[in-house]
Amino acid sequence: MSTHAHTTHPHPGHGHGGHAHGGYGHGHGGSGHGNHGHHHDDGHAHGTFGSYMIGFVLSVILTAIPFWLVMTGTLDNTQTALAIMALAAVQIVVHMVYFLHMNGRAEGGWSLLALIFTIIVVVIALAGSLWVMYHLNTNMMPVPDMSQLP
Amino acid sequence: MTMTMTAEREAEETPVFHLVDEHEHPEGHSTLLGFWIYLMSDCLIFAMLFATYGVLGANYAGGPTPKELFDLPLVALNTSMLLLSSITYGFAMLTMEKGRVGQTQFWLAVTGLFGAAFLGIELYEFAHMIHEGAPPQRSAFLSSFFTLVGTHGLHVTFGIIWLITLMVQVAKQGLIPANRRRLMCLSMFWHFLDVIWIGVFTFVYLMGMLR
Repeated sequence: MSTHAHTTHPHPGHGHGGHAHGGYGHGHGGSGHGNHGHHHDDGHAHGTFGSYMIGFVLSVILTAIPFWLVMTGTLDNTQTALAIMALAAVQIVVHMVYFLHMNGRAEGGWSLLALIFTIIVVVIALAGSLWVMYHLNTNMMPVPDMSQLP
Repeated sequence: MTMTMTAEREAEETPVFHLVDEHEHPEGHSTLLGFWIYLMSDCLIFAMLFATYGVLGANYAGGPTPKELFDLPLVALNTSMLLLSSITYGFAMLTMEKGRVGQTQFWLAVTGLFGAAFLGIELYEFAHMIHEGAPPQRSAFLSSFFTLVGTHGLHVTFGIIWLITLMVQVAKQGLIPANRRRLMCLSMFWHFLDVIWIGVFTFVYLMGMLR
């Protein structure tokens, strides 16, 4: 009884899935993958003319401001550094959203997951390297002046 | 006797925890996700180069400093070239979705020209720096600078080679699904390089001028 259930049960359901796939040809995972209505031809989100232009205009603004800040020296150095880092972070998000079409739904969320993982690794590596090497530099034993030695 | 019976029963009742049939996947359905994961690994390469530059970027060894070397208007021009190439690649993708081969080729060509302009300006900058006595071997700052910015430039170079290859493919085969997929991969690559460049112009050039 149980054998029967194991060997034959998956077939009707699954055969149907395979069939649906064949029928749709390229890609729409509609019934085969279990109703991911968002699936595009290749599970990849596409932009529109409007979204590309929004991204472009925002990028131009977010590029122009930091260059202007540094070239004119309107703010003092620390403020400028903080401002351009913040603007760079915002611009990276703008590029991700409007040019790379990153969102939580693309590829069933896997691209976003890979991105989050990468960001975590990058932050650990960057912050760790800078932190450790900064302390290494500041705590380094001063080199004795050889000319003063007997 | 009992042992064989147990074995038989086990064989009969072994539960199956995976799909017995491979269901069909359309060709290349996972290419874009795979390419995205490649880009993430590429991102790690750049992160390491940024970390190296962050650690060594202030070690001038008595040599030239960023303030003496960097020419911000030139960097701004370079940045705008890359930004323009990003939007023109976007137009290429939009016309590709409408299936217009001629317009797609036109926008791809424009993108390639902007990319080439970016590379030309960068090579001019490098040549200028080396000529001024700031080659990569001059100081740790310059070694890490040339490695980071050079690696980005190398990526753009390969992006342009790839772009030309795809233009030939599209000219020969039209906008078939395989070519659309390839163009989408290059689109991600190209926009990704622009994202890396945001980091470069912010942390290397602009922050360098503030030191």
